[in-house]
Amino acid sequence: MMRLRYLLPLGIFLALAVLFVIGLQRDPRQIPSPLIGKPMPEFQLPTLSAPGENLSDSDLNGQVSVLNVFASWCVGCREEHHVVKALAATGVAPVYGLNYKDKRVDAMQWLGRLGNPYKTVAVDAQGQVGIDWGVYGVPETFIMDRHGVIRYKQIGPMSEKALHDKILPLLRKLKQEGES
Amino acid sequence: MIPELGQFAVILALMLAIVQAVVPLVGTMRGYANWSAVARPAAAGQFVFLVIAFAALAHAFLTDNFSVAYVAENSNSALPVAYKFAAIWGAHEGSLLLWVLILGGWTVAVAAFSRNLPDHMVTRVLSVMGVVSVGFLCFILFTSNPFTRLAQPPMEGRDLNPLLQDPGLVMHPPVLYMGYVGMSVAFAFALAALIGGRLDSTWARWSRPWTTVAWLFLTVGITAGSHWAYNELGWGGWWFWDPVENASLMPWLAATGLIHSLAVTEKRGSFRIWTVLLAILAFSLSLLGTFLVRSGVLTSVHAFATDPTRGLYVLGFLTIVVGGSLAIYAWRAPTIAGGNRFEFLSRETMLLGNNLFLLTICAFVLLGTLYPLVYDALGLGKISVGFPWFNVMFLLFAPPLAVVMGLGPLTRWQSDDPQALWRRVRSACLVSVLVFAAFALYHFSWAGLKVALGIGLAVWIAATTVVNLRGRVKPGTGLAGKWRILRRQSRSYYGMLVAHLGVAVFAVGIAAVSVWGIDRNVRLGPGDSADVGGYTFHFQSTKNIAGPNYEADQATVLVTRGGERVAVLYPQKRRYDASGQVMTESGVDGGLTRDLYVALGEPLGDGTWSVRLYTKPFVRWIWGGGLLMAVGGVLAISDRRYRIAAYRSRAHSAVQGRPA
Amino acid sequence: MIARLLLVAVLAFGAAWPAFAVENASRYQFDTEQQRERYWDLLSQLRCLVCQNESLADSQADLARDLRQQVYEQMHAGKSNDAIVDYLVDRYGDFVLFRPPVEPGTYLLWFGPALIFLIGLGFGIRILAQRRGTQAQLSEEDRRRAARLLNDEDGEPRQ
Repeated sequence: MMRLRYLLPLGIFLALAVLFVIGLQRDPRQIPSPLIGKPMPEFQLPTLSAPGENLSDSDLNGQVSVLNVFASWCVGCREEHHVVKALAATGVAPVYGLNYKDKRVDAMQWLGRLGNPYKTVAVDAQGQVGIDWGVYGVPETFIMDRHGVIRYKQIGPMSEKALHDKILPLLRKLKQEGES
Repeated sequence: MIPELGQFAVILALMLAIVQAVVPLVGTMRGYANWSAVARPAAAGQFVFLVIAFAALAHAFLTDNFSVAYVAENSNSALPVAYKFAAIWGAHEGSLLLWVLILGGWTVAVAAFSRNLPDHMVTRVLSVMGVVSVGFLCFILFTSNPFTRLAQPPMEGRDLNPLLQDPGLVMHPPVLYMGYVGMSVAFAFALAALIGGRLDSTWARWSRPWTTVAWLFLTVGITAGSHWAYNELGWGGWWFWDPVENASLMPWLAATGLIHSLAVTEKRGSFRIWTVLLAILAFSLSLLGTFLVRSGVLTSVHAFATDPTRGLYVLGFLTIVVGGSLAIYAWRAPTIAGGNRFEFLSRETMLLGNNLFLLTICAFVLLGTLYPLVYDALGLGKISVGFPWFNVMFLLFAPPLAVVMGLGPLTRWQSDDPQALWRRVRSACLVSVLVFAAFALYHFSWAGLKVALGIGLAVWIAATTVVNLRGRVKPGTGLAGKWRILRRQSRSYYGMLVAHLGVAVFAVGIAAVSVWGIDRNVRLGPGDSADVGGYTFHFQSTKNIAGPNYEADQATVLVTRGGERVAVLYPQKRRYDASGQVMTESGVDGGLTRDLYVALGEPLGDGTWSVRLYTKPFVRWIWGGGLLMAVGGVLAISDRRYRIAAYRSRAHSAVQGRPA
Repeated sequence: MIARLLLVAVLAFGAAWPAFAVENASRYQFDTEQQRERYWDLLSQLRCLVCQNESLADSQADLARDLRQQVYEQMHAGKSNDAIVDYLVDRYGDFVLFRPPVEPGTYLLWFGPALIFLIGLGFGIRILAQRRGTQAQLSEEDRRRAARLLNDEDGEPRQ
């Protein structure tokens, strides 16, 4: 005859087990961005190809856009670069690059070797703009809607699966939003 | 060849563990005596093969056999020999082998030292321990094999994590595992009692020494870990409420509750349900710790390389063992419930209070450790629960525990008179309140209140200890008479006093260091100096030195006080050759009343360094307290009644004509 | 300015040259000792996001260095601790704090321990009420006699 109070420890344990099963499917190192749903941070940085010219947030405003944070010293960026190129090739949205804490020369060589999918690349040599965007590891990719509001942040290298399942559909949806 | 031998030995150990788990249990249920008799030999055989497996892995390390993947990842030919041996348990797979080896050791110990227990009880205990062995051996063989070979062995290994290349840390895992794994004995005893439907004070007397030994190891292991972190991590801290640290604290708290609960069951026959539940809880928390550390579910400095599939396996194992035992508890607990009666004011109540506070602390540690997971699982995002939260909760619930610790031993069993109790504790109460008030008024700040509380409670515990002793020797006439009484007291009585004093010493340490400790982060170049807490630290010079497997920048720091030389410290910043990892080796001058601590930060160019300077008053009392607690445990298990029991069982066997 | 950039570039390629990455020396200039303490105190309360459980004060990660620089500059610009913390939380979320905020999502965390204690207390009182004995009442004399018979010399019950 099992009295309820003797079943309590078992009940608590089973609840914990369920919690752990959920936990095993999450990555504790992925930190969601508090900037989602907020307008993108203001910035003005020199471009990679022409240091005398600038890229600023107003250039990205008014259209659905993608900002990809990368660096030549970053292994994950190399891995995802072909996906970034694929994304740019679809022409769904312009892809801007943010060269994070890198040397100009190295970045240009890197892009020269691997291909340059970016409409324009901004140079954030000291990482200050990166901090404003809440960048904590490269690569990271941000998607903004027509009004310049950040709608999505991809943490870590973009996989082809992520591109097809999440990013392209989202970009198309955001473009439709503006039109209706 | 030898690694394959090791792998084969693990397989054989698993076979024997399965036999050990299943056959004797069936034997006791069906009454087949020769099946039950298999338990002890199976345990012995399993242990032999585990030793062989461990020796095989050791051989691979000591001969730099980099064709074994685990050796290639965790060792290096330039590694000093002692660390090559310690590298066996430096990462996930090998540490699991150590775990299961130690479990085998405990099992053999139980098999050997239980001659005076009824056979069916021993059989059940060994069966349960066999089940745990089976689980871990399967885990090793199917997901975490240390003997896997590399198709293309590298020329050189990747080196042992530099953080682990320290004498203190070499011993930390084995000692800690002795504690974690030792809890399985109490667990097995509890399940055996539940299954058998009989739990009385004799059962408690058998369980108690095993539990105390495991608790002892856990105490030393945690203390050693804290001391190591202080020395090695360079920020002068001794506890960070890191998830893995918490994972070791929780079983300790449950085990402390357990040894007290066992005392009540042994002496009064009460608290049977509590004892059984605490025994299951202590070991469950050990297993939970294994899960948390190896599954990647939480972020921690300690975490092993994370792998969710391993995590899933451990979770499955956890569910079977813990869920199964709690199910057995739910089914059988009513048959062992009940106990002697006691009044509101009695030692039983005090011990109940003790359990309440210990378990509340255990619960909040669990809550804080798991809350980020809960928050994430609920879809609320990522949150971090760090030391500020834990410290607040600790400050809330540890002081009442200290109060009960002082009151308990002075309260009579079963029923005490409030007036009589007050008369006994009156002086101790007065002294501790005075000390508290003195410190509180002297400092007159929030921090001052904390230090006053810590020291006041320490004085309370010490004073009640004195009152206790005085009460015992009162009947004695003259010094000689009192001495005679003191000599007659049991070791377990002194064990309790020493262990409680250990808590008092510990409390002084943490209060002093938290409030009076000073730390400064300064920029120093050769010839510069800085003042900290009355001491002057003179940064004299730096030089480049080469160690066996690292190169380092070593600074010479002279510490003076009032112009008098106090110490010379040599903090280092090491860069290990194989991994390129950078590590801090702090310069520490340890003392009974204070530590002086220097850690190099980063080079700032032009020969200057960022340096952290600390004065740490009474920090050694923290670990001194921990060691005292362990000494108390040693005294308790060397108590005459256990030695008599051993003597009696040998005599009994001699009379019966059986080998002892 | 160039020296700063060079320093930062060296920072980014720390492992290569020199043997150890170099920290920004100017970050150790403070006007008062109090300011210095405030700086390091604040840093020890902020989590390094890319580390396994370290604070900004202790971590050697690149991001930690950058954020230390940020906090230093803001402090020298006159910002209060709260303002600096808000700045970081706006960009990185609550995860950057070691002390979890008290908000509806964390009520269970902050009030949970007290709740657990009260539930435990309730259980405890129930056990006490159940166990209250009506044992036979002995006189002091009888009680002492019984104690002498039942307990050994240590005052503990005989085994």
